[in-house]
Amino acid sequence: MQLFPCPFCGPRDETEFHYGGDAGNVRPDGIDVPTDRWAGYLYLRGNPKGTAREIWVHMICGEFFVMERDTVTHKVLSSAALDGEHAA
Amino acid sequence: MTTRYSALSLFKEGLAGQTGWQPAWRSPEPKPSYDAIVIGGGGHGLATAYYLAKNHNITRVAVLEKGWIGGGNTGRNTTVVRSNYYYPESVELYGLAHRLYEGLSKGLNYNVMLSQRGMVNLCHSTAEMEIGARTVNAMQINGIDAELFSPDDVRRVAPIYNFSPDARFPVFGGIWQGRAGTARHDAVAWGYARAASRLGVDIIQNCEITGFIIEGGRCRGVQTSRGAIRAERIGMAVAGHSSVLAAKAGFRLPINSYALQACVSEPVKPILDTVVLSPGCGVYVSQSDKGEIVIGGGLDRIPSYAQRGNLPTLEAVIAGVLEMFPIFGQLKLMRQWAGIVDVVPDSSPIIGESPLPGLFLNCGWGTGGFKAIPAGGTLLAQLLASGKHNDISRPFDLDRFATGRLIDEAAGSGIAH
Repeated sequence: MQLFPCPFCGPRDETEFHYGGDAGNVRPDGIDVPTDRWAGYLYLRGNPKGTAREIWVHMICGEFFVMERDTVTHKVLSSAALDGEHAA
Repeated sequence: MTTRYSALSLFKEGLAGQTGWQPAWRSPEPKPSYDAIVIGGGGHGLATAYYLAKNHNITRVAVLEKGWIGGGNTGRNTTVVRSNYYYPESVELYGLAHRLYEGLSKGLNYNVMLSQRGMVNLCHSTAEMEIGARTVNAMQINGIDAELFSPDDVRRVAPIYNFSPDARFPVFGGIWQGRAGTARHDAVAWGYARAASRLGVDIIQNCEITGFIIEGGRCRGVQTSRGAIRAERIGMAVAGHSSVLAAKAGFRLPINSYALQACVSEPVKPILDTVVLSPGCGVYVSQSDKGEIVIGGGLDRIPSYAQRGNLPTLEAVIAGVLEMFPIFGQLKLMRQWAGIVDVVPDSSPIIGESPLPGLFLNCGWGTGGFKAIPAGGTLLAQLLASGKHNDISRPFDLDRFATGRLIDEAAGSGIAH
C-alpha cells in the first residue's frame, strides 16, 4: 500500500484518494468559446510518462489539492493545497 | 524446408528429426523507406501490416516495435474474445473482430487456439436482470448472438459458483454469449507476424520511435533508434503509450493511461469450462488450457505507466474471486502482472487520421483491445491504404470528441471505466 500526502491530513493510504485530472486544465470562460477549446478542456489530456502535475481529492477530508508524481516510479514529488490558478 | 504448418508437415518433420523448421518470421535490417510504416508490434500493429499486404496488396511495409513483438498488452491480457456490446456501432466493430477470429487459425495457417466456450455476465439483482434483458435484446436486434440466462442456466454452466443462501452476490441470472471464449494471446501476435512476414512485411524489433519527420505539415517518416525511416503513410497502434507518441507529433489525445492487472493461479485439473464475469465482485475468471485459473479485474485507479500494478486493486480482485468461487480458497497464485491501457472517456476506441496528416491512429481500446485485434488491423489497414474510413470505423474517428457523438459503452454495456 502506497501512502499519499494529503496537505491537510498528512500521509494516508492511496485508497483514500481519487484522481481528479490534469492540474492547470481550467474551465473556459465566456459564451463564445470555440468548439475545439471546449473539446480540449473536456477531453484532451497530457497523460505524461514521467513527472505529472495532477489534481487529487482526499475523500476523507474532502479537500482537493495538487500532487506532483512520477507516473513510472509512482514516487510523489510534492503535494500542496490548490493555488489561485484553480480557485475559479 | 518446411514453410506451411499441417499435420503432414508435422509428421514429415518428425521423421526428419525436426531439422527443417524455419524461423516463423524474418528479422531484416530496416530499409530507408517503405510504402507504409506501422508503429507498434502488438496484435493490432501486426494485424494492420498483415491486412495491408493481404487485402490491399501493399507489401513494402515495416512494423517498428520498441521491444519484442507481443510483449505489451497483447501478451498481458486475459485472452477473452467476445462481442457483447450495446450500441450498433460497437456491435459492428467487435462483431467484425469476432467473425475474423473464427477464421483466423485457418487464414493465418497458425493455430490461435480459439476456444468458444461461452461467457456469462452475471446479474445479481432484479434490477440487473432488467438491464441484462435490455442488453440481450439490443445484441439480438444488432445481429449478435445472446441469451438471457436463468439461475438454473448459470448453475448448469458454472456449477462451482457460490450459490449458497448467504452469498454476498446471489445469482438472478446472466447474459450469455455462446460464441465468446478465449484464444492463445501470444499465438495471435506470432501468427500475424509469421503471415505478414511471408507476404513481405519487415518486422523490426528493438526499434524505438524517437520523433516524427514532419515536412510541409505532413508526417513523412519517423526517427528511430535505428535511423530515419520514411513513408507517406504511418499508422500507430501503441495502446497505453499513444499519448507519449502524440506528444512527439505535437498533439494531445483524449486518453489517460492506467495499469490493468491480471493474475493466474497454479495449474489445476479442468474445473471451469466457461468465462464467468461478476459485476458485483468486479472480477472475471476463466481456466486456461494449461489449467491455470486466469483472473482479471478492474483498473488500478491511479494513472500509471508502471507495468506492475498496485496491491489494493489486486487485493480487491482476489477477494472478489473468493466470493465467486470459495472452492479456489486454497489455490496459490503463480504470476501477477499489469499492462498499460489507454482509457478514453466513452470507453470506445479511436480509429482515424490524427491531427498530423499522414499519421493514423488505432488506440483507445482501454481494457478490451485483445478481442478487437482482427478488426483494428483490418480498419487501420484500410485507412492507410485508401486514406478513407470504412463505414465501421467512421463513428470511431477522433472528431467525435469535438462533435459530441460519443459512443458511451461504459453506460451501454457496463464497461467498468
